Order: sequence, then structure tokens, then C-alpha cells
Amino acid sequence: MKLLIKSGRLIDPKAGIDGVYDLLIDEGRIVEIEEDISDDGCEVIDAAGKYVLPGLVDAHCHLRDPGFEYKEDIESGTKSAAMGGFTSIACMPNTNPVADNEAVIKYIIQKAEQEGYVNVYPIGAISKGQRGEELAEIGELKFAGAVAISDDGNPVVSSSLMKKALQYASMFDIAVISHCEDLDLAENGVMNEGYMSTIMGLKGIPAAAEEAMVARELILSEYTGVPIHIAHVSTALSVEMIRDAKKRGVKVTCETCPHYLSLTEDACEGYNTNAKINPPLRTQEDVKAIIEGIADDTIDIIATDHAPHHADEKNVEFSLAANGIVGFETALPLVITKLVRPGIISMTKLVEKMSLNPARLLSISKGTLQIGTAADVTIVNIDEKYRVDVNKFQSKSKNSPFGGMELYGAPWATIVAGNLVVSDHILL
Amino acid sequence: MNLKSKDLLGLKDLSPEEIKYILDTAATMKYVIVSNNKKTPHLQGKSIVTLFYENSTRTRLSFELASKYMGASSANISASFSSVQKGESLIDTGRTINRMGTDIIIMRHPQSGAPHLMAKNVTASVINAGDGMNEHPTQALLDMFTIREKKGTLEGLKVAILGDIYHSRVARSNIWGLIKMGAQVSLAGPATMLPPDIERTGAKVFSTIQEALIDADVIISLRLQLERQKKALFPTVREYSRFFGLDEKRLQLAKKDVLIMHPGPINRGIELTSGVADMESSAIDEQVTNGVAVRMALLYLLTRRGTNETAN
Repeated sequence: MKLLIKSGRLIDPKAGIDGVYDLLIDEGRIVEIEEDISDDGCEVIDAAGKYVLPGLVDAHCHLRDPGFEYKEDIESGTKSAAMGGFTSIACMPNTNPVADNEAVIKYIIQKAEQEGYVNVYPIGAISKGQRGEELAEIGELKFAGAVAISDDGNPVVSSSLMKKALQYASMFDIAVISHCEDLDLAENGVMNEGYMSTIMGLKGIPAAAEEAMVARELILSEYTGVPIHIAHVSTALSVEMIRDAKKRGVKVTCETCPHYLSLTEDACEGYNTNAKINPPLRTQEDVKAIIEGIADDTIDIIATDHAPHHADEKNVEFSLAANGIVGFETALPLVITKLVRPGIISMTKLVEKMSLNPARLLSISKGTLQIGTAADVTIVNIDEKYRVDVNKFQSKSKNSPFGGMELYGAPWATIVAGNLVVSDHILL
Repeated sequence: MNLKSKDLLGLKDLSPEEIKYILDTAATMKYVIVSNNKKTPHLQGKSIVTLFYENSTRTRLSFELASKYMGASSANISASFSSVQKGESLIDTGRTINRMGTDIIIMRHPQSGAPHLMAKNVTASVINAGDGMNEHPTQALLDMFTIREKKGTLEGLKVAILGDIYHSRVARSNIWGLIKMGAQVSLAGPATMLPPDIERTGAKVFSTIQEALIDADVIISLRLQLERQKKALFPTVREYSRFFGLDEKRLQLAKKDVLIMHPGPINRGIELTSGVADMESSAIDEQVTNGVAVRMALLYLLTRRGTNETAN
């Protein structure tokens, strides 16, 4: 049956659309966008007063499958993504075994086809076992279906290996995503180094630990001429350096995450392990710089870094707790609440950062509502207020610092390839 | 008056009134320690457990004697941190102790915030006997008790805290407590051993020991944790001692009646010379006695608080 989305405000920066239209879906594809389409023989979704967006694309998440299914698996992770309005997600390779070979990539793709609620695109490892010693079989990873390579979770410590990774990956035209952290400077720190780490008596991770490696990656990208993507940017100086590099013509793109634009190190107060994350939550000045970076397009992408962990891994001493927070189900509301509603960015820019640009980075044909494309659509009412309840998350894990927070704009409906997956906030 | 919280986790969380109340109570407890009959009924029928994940001589003994002088039943658990990491979680250990009828758990742990985690998961009162680099509140209370006893007040005094501030839970607790009680705190130590933004607590930071010592009423010299040298925070013990050691000559920068304190154990000849440690103006031995008095006061106040709550 045909699916007609009536009277929603369509936003599609790629097609240059911003207006109230009807959108018709047939056989999983977008077939018509007009001011008034007849609802004959159609299932109708009334989207009046709501935004109709290209399905959100997440360039950075952790599905924990294979190996850590007690935290998350492809089924629960993609349910969580759907609830968050994401129709396509790219998962990082730090699974067990590591996604550093064709077999694991194919396992993820196959399992996602069987159990997934949204499109899943695996990211392969840069180095074998993510050990930072030898390159993984990047060509085979690409042909098996990997959309990017990254050793996320671990930085590539060796500068020469990173240089070779860029050069080698350029042959296959596959994005290289760098987790920037100088481990020597980070020295086993557990939160941002600053006043809060001082008064909590915790070992700090200086902003310089991130910035030193961002600088290295910019230099290597400039030297080799190969594009690089910087993951989860969290500091003001990282933003500044990337802005300068872009002006010079360095082929750098970068992402930040909703938590870096909405929380500071203060969230760790009381040894709140749900605010423990790497890179750590920083200061108010950093938050301000991140927001400026988003507004002026220094920051191209807002990714979730959805990082589920079991309660037993968080309900421990702060220094021993796992790093990471779950992000799918709060990402869109946080960006709407913190950036769109206050007028810092438009909905068009939101779509660029959360759909179009990630699709471009990963070279997947998503991020648009153009006629003929697969019908991946997210519908949201940005005036609808709700209170975050972590116990209602579809994710297996509940490690979020946003529980209890009042936000606007939880995704109202999610459509993947023409199928209604979430409707009226309910997973179907 | 009652203490607001069921736990004593840090001086950061106490009000000046509460600190004064603890110190006043400790003054009466001190009579018991110096008397011939060291037995009071304050803690009769109470059960107290010390749970130490790190080595300790004086803090542990001090708590143990404080419990015994007041008639509590007490037991000790020493847990090697590594075995706990492999096995039982902190919360499970806490629940087990809690369910045996324990009123107070006294806890030392290498991780900052571990007593806070414990406190959230047990009904017993938790006393922090030192957590990582965070706080050592009973040490600071006994330091403040000693200063008040010798100087009559804390308000307006100039207190210099010297040495490895970064790793020191004693320093952090003293900074919170002393500033709340109206003292001025000066800090000095190698730049690699000063935690970032520490001046936001209200303490003044100096890069030489001499500047911090000028007109000091009280000096708290911190123990140099020699194992830190491996982490390249200072080049040699010799150089540390040359620039940051307290000797008779530097002492002259302070007030004539300056009080010298040290949480112990002392590295003689490193952070301070033997001459300074054994001077008449040194209160280092007195601190030990006062430690028992302050801990008696705390145990009493925390158990009394529980009783009143039940009665209400």
C-alpha cells in the first residue's frame, strides 16, 4: 500500500526544499512531492504542524554486537536508533572479535538484514585488532561493505601508521575516522582536567590530549592530501584548529556529539558515572566553542557516539566505571532543544548535520527526500515537550546523564524504506 | 544539634556550624583519652566496622581505639584492592556488611568517591577515612582541632600547606575546612604537584615555599609520596628537598609562634628536617591524640543522630 505523509513541513537541503508539502511513498521509495496529493488508496499520516525530514544518519555508534551482547545487540540497538529517528547508523568496529576483517563485517550486515529495525553500515578497523601495529585489510573491508575505517575507542598511536592508513585508504576512497587522544598525555585520566577533577580528587584528561592528536591528524591530512574525519570533537582549541585547517583547504571534516554541546564537566559531580565518557565532558567555554563551530559549519556532523554499557559497569567506583553514554534516543531532542529552538541553527542545518553530511562522509545514498530514493523519513514536532525516562529506552543499556531532563522534539515517527517503524512515539 | 547527613564523606559538604559542633564535642572527648578510666557508654550496643582497601596504621588504630573507648563492638576488614577488583563489587561488600547490623562503616579506598558510592547503597553511616586524592575529612578535623586548641581560634589565621598538593586528600580536606572556618590558606609545591584551578577554592597558590611561609601562623607539611618520583613529577628527592623542604632557616619567615603540623608518617630530612619535626612548636604528636578525640566525637554524633531519628 502507498503511504501518504500529509501537510508536513518538508526540509531537504540537498533538494533545496523547505515548505509544506505532501509526500507519497510507494514500494519503499519516495515517488511524489506536491502541495496536494490525493489520498486515494493510501495509508495517510497527518503531519500537519510537524517537520518531515530525511531519515537521520548516525556516523558514529556502538552496537556491541558481536561480543558484548549483554550491553546491546543489533536488534536492541536498531530499535533504539529507530526510536531516536535514525534510519541509518554506522557502527564502530570495537566489537569482539574486532571488525577488522571481511567475516565480521559480513556478520554485522547479515544480522542487521535479519533483525535490524534500521539500516546498519559497519565501520571497519584501521589496524588489525585495533592494536595500532599493522593495517587491517582495508580493501577487503571496503568490498565486504564497510563504509569507513576507524580504530575508535583507541587512537592510532603511531603517526607513521596513521600516515600509511590515509595513503592506503585513499586507493579505495573510504573515509578514515580518527579518535584523537594522546594516551601519554591522557595518562589514565578519568574526567576533564580542571577545577572539577581537582575538587573531586580525580585524575584529569587535559584538553591538550585531544588537541595534540587533532593537530597531528590535520598535519597528516595536509601532508598526504587525503581527507580525514575527526570523531567526537570536544574542545575549543580542536574547533579552532579545524576551522583554520579548513580555511587553508585541508580536507578535514569533523563531528561532535549532543553531550558536548549540552553538558559540562559539572555533570560528573557526586561521582556520576553516567557522565563519564571519553573524550570527557569539558567546560562551559568548550561548549560555547562547539556550538559556534556547529553554527559556522566548522563542525559538519552531529553524531551520537551511542555507547551502551551494562548497569554493573557503571554502578562502581568512578575511576573503574566504563566510558560512554547511550545517545540514540536523546540526540535529536537535545539538538532541537539546545540549538534549534533557541534559534542558533535552522532545521535545514540540523538536517545537514544529522542526515546529509553523515551520508556524504560514509558515501551512502541517504540524507535526502529526492524522488526515487529509498523512503527513509523522520517526523518530529519540535514544540512537543517531554521528560526523558531512561527506563523507557529501547536500548538494553540505560547509561544516560539526561534522565529526568525536560526536552522538546522526541521523534514522532520513523519510516525506513517505506515501512513505518515508529509511529506516535511507539515502536511498531 | 544534629549532623545533617548520615555520612561523613568530606568537609566540602559540611557547614561551618557542623564543623564547630564536631570540634566542640571532640574537646569533651579528649578528657576521656587523658583520663585513667578510658571507658564511656556513648557507643554501647553500637556496631562499627572498619573497611580498609589501603594500608594504614594511625588512622585505623585511631578509629579502633575511639570505638573501644566508647564501648562499641568493632570489627576490621582488610581488603586487598586487586582481589576485590576481580571478585566482589564494592556495593555487594557494603550490602553484606550492612546486613550484619552495622551502624557505622569506616572506609578507606584508593578510588576517589568510593565512600560516596558506598553511602548511597547502605543504611549504615559511612565515614570516609581517606578516598583516593579526594578527601581525608577526619585528618583535617583533627588538624583544625589542634590549631584551635593551640591558637584559640581558626578565624583569620594564616595556614601554609606545603608539598604535593595534587595527590593529597589531606590538603583538599584542610582547604575546604579551614576556608569555611575563616582561615587563610596558602599553598606551595612544585608546579607539577599543584592541581589545576585549585585557587578557585579560595586558597592562594605560591610557586616558592618562602612566599607561602611569610607570616604563617600554622604550617602543614605534607608527606612526599616517594613512589610518585617514578612518574617524573620531580627530578630527585634531593632537588625536592632543596626547593621545598622545611628547615630552620625557612621557618624564620613564619611567625615566631608558628605551629608545625604533619599528617604523618614523616620522611625526615625530605619534606622537613628532624630539627623542625622535633621542635617545641611542633604539634605532630599532639595531632595523634587529637585524632582519637575527633573520631570519638564523630562516631558519637553519627550514632546519636540515628537514635534521634528513630525516636522521632
